[in-house]
Amino acid sequence: MSTTDPARHGDASGDRGRAARSGRSFEAPEIGGETVRPPLWRRKPLLIVGFMILTIFILLAVFGPLFVTDPRVIDTTNTYRPPSSDFWFGTDKFGRDVFARAVHAARLDISIGIVVAIAAMVVGSTIGVISGYFGGWVDEGLMRITDVVLAFPGFVLALVLVAAIGNSIPNVVVAVTVAYIPYFIRLTRAQVLAERELEYVDGAKLAGNGRWRIAFRHVLPNSMGSSVVQAALVAGWAILTVAGLAFLGVGIRPPTSEWGVMVAEGAPDIMTGQWWTALFAGGMIVLAAMAFQFIGDDLGTEEV
Amino acid sequence: MGRYLGKRLLISVATIVGIVVIVFFIVRVLPGDAAIARAGPYANEEKVAEIRDKYGFDDPMPVQFVDYFTGVFTGDFGVSIRTDGDVLEELLIRLPASLELAFYSVLMATLVGIPLGILAAARRGTWIDGGARVFAVFGSSMALFWLGLLLIYFFFFRLRWFPGPIDRLPIGTEPPPMITGFYTFDAALRGDFGLVFEAFRYLALPVITLGFVLAAPILKMVRASMIEALDSEHVRTARAIGVPPRSILFRDGFRNALLPVITAIGIVFGYMLGGNIIVEFLFAWPGVGRYAYSAIQVNDLEALQGFVIMVGILYVILNVVIDVSYAWIDPRIRLGKKVSS
Repeated sequence: MSTTDPARHGDASGDRGRAARSGRSFEAPEIGGETVRPPLWRRKPLLIVGFMILTIFILLAVFGPLFVTDPRVIDTTNTYRPPSSDFWFGTDKFGRDVFARAVHAARLDISIGIVVAIAAMVVGSTIGVISGYFGGWVDEGLMRITDVVLAFPGFVLALVLVAAIGNSIPNVVVAVTVAYIPYFIRLTRAQVLAERELEYVDGAKLAGNGRWRIAFRHVLPNSMGSSVVQAALVAGWAILTVAGLAFLGVGIRPPTSEWGVMVAEGAPDIMTGQWWTALFAGGMIVLAAMAFQFIGDDLGTEEV
Repeated sequence: MGRYLGKRLLISVATIVGIVVIVFFIVRVLPGDAAIARAGPYANEEKVAEIRDKYGFDDPMPVQFVDYFTGVFTGDFGVSIRTDGDVLEELLIRLPASLELAFYSVLMATLVGIPLGILAAARRGTWIDGGARVFAVFGSSMALFWLGLLLIYFFFFRLRWFPGPIDRLPIGTEPPPMITGFYTFDAALRGDFGLVFEAFRYLALPVITLGFVLAAPILKMVRASMIEALDSEHVRTARAIGVPPRSILFRDGFRNALLPVITAIGIVFGYMLGGNIIVEFLFAWPGVGRYAYSAIQVNDLEALQGFVIMVGILYVILNVVIDVSYAWIDPRIRLGKKVSS
């Protein structure tokens, strides 16, 4: 779901800043004046684990649907079969193969997560660099709008947007993207404000570059670091948000094979003991979100 | 302090105005035809015309805006399409249930997050720190509805330790007379401890669900600010002159780490105000979140917009309280000095 506000997790930049400062501690092992760097899997184990889980999901999303049966097939003679070698995740009340549905859903959910993260990053950084580099009333206006949008919990904003513009997959993508854009605006703007004071910017001006060119070709690329980290986290939260909305019946609706829809459809079965219709799909949501969190968390931590 | 407070309040009022403008834009301007959006896909033309007439959707946009705007600021949040009731009234009846859930969830998150965060910072780089970090990442990527269902399956369906997801109290049980609106407080005030126990049993699963997820950001924030405090020069001096480690950890470390922690708790509380729709729906908790859920199911945008505005306003108020307590605790802020750390 749900649990989807970058605000409540502290954004990537804050963690980076703190980690960088704590990096001043005296504990770095120094031998002969040179820091010994342990291998990557020792330094960033979560990053490796995250990439491994994500790779499995991406393979599942790309090739999985080729190997499973049609997730829409209804078979009333095979309802509520518990997980077995025939039906790995069991079957639901319509006799649909839960594993086949979950695999098809992986394609949809993973793509939405990545699309939302990239779209929010591109739009947010563009606005952020304009706001930060040019300043003035444009900056003032954009910041006030950003403040107001940030006054809503992201999940609620996405929810009311979809409720107003209607249930469909593209609408959900747009709504969730809008909810995450402000975080990228803030992040990029803060970086740009520091970056534009540096000497290479003066150098670029002296060399005769225009303002737009400096803003987008010189300052923006140097201000993207924390946005990329944030994008990894946002991809995970976007999956949670989209699934959470679908769980409430907003956005993506049955009978689409989507993890949140599957949990919503399977939730009543929990009360009668058929746990597999909802819990497998929900577990995949958490696992996919976790892969992105692992990546973002480890990327965002400076090395000590 | 007075000047700081005045400035802060002015910004808050501006933000609330901004919220109302944005919500108006989303629910009235975006849908194209506001009446059709509210009537739902199965309505006939008469129904659409009736709604259009009743809610004044035929008026020009600026007129609609002024009506809406003056309405919100005089306490008129409109009329629900689903129940025909006054939206603000319906929300206020349900607010205590949501606040009680929020209160205990944040309490649990704090009781889990703060000690774990301190421990992780004190034992930095050990397996304890690593474990706390994995716990935090796990909480950040947890889907509330999945965790809730898992708990319902094990602790209700399997073990029968806790009641099923039906309400705040067993069916047929008379709630305690309204004093605070918190059943646990009200029952305790009346001395009915059997009822207090029942109320806690019904609170348990939703509170664990939310508390687990909300503990993660608090843990992260406590750890980060503790480490910052422990790395500071005054702590190094304290260590050098032989102050006992326990005293350093709590007096020099935790006390200086408290400000960001208050912010984290505030943010988490604010998140609760919106994020509880899922948990209230899942546990049939009769709060504002469940009201919003019911509104969504029948496209009752009037009720939904009331919920959103209320969440936004509560969020803004919360932020003022946090900022003011911040300024009260840390004089550097109200004196307008730059905080160095």
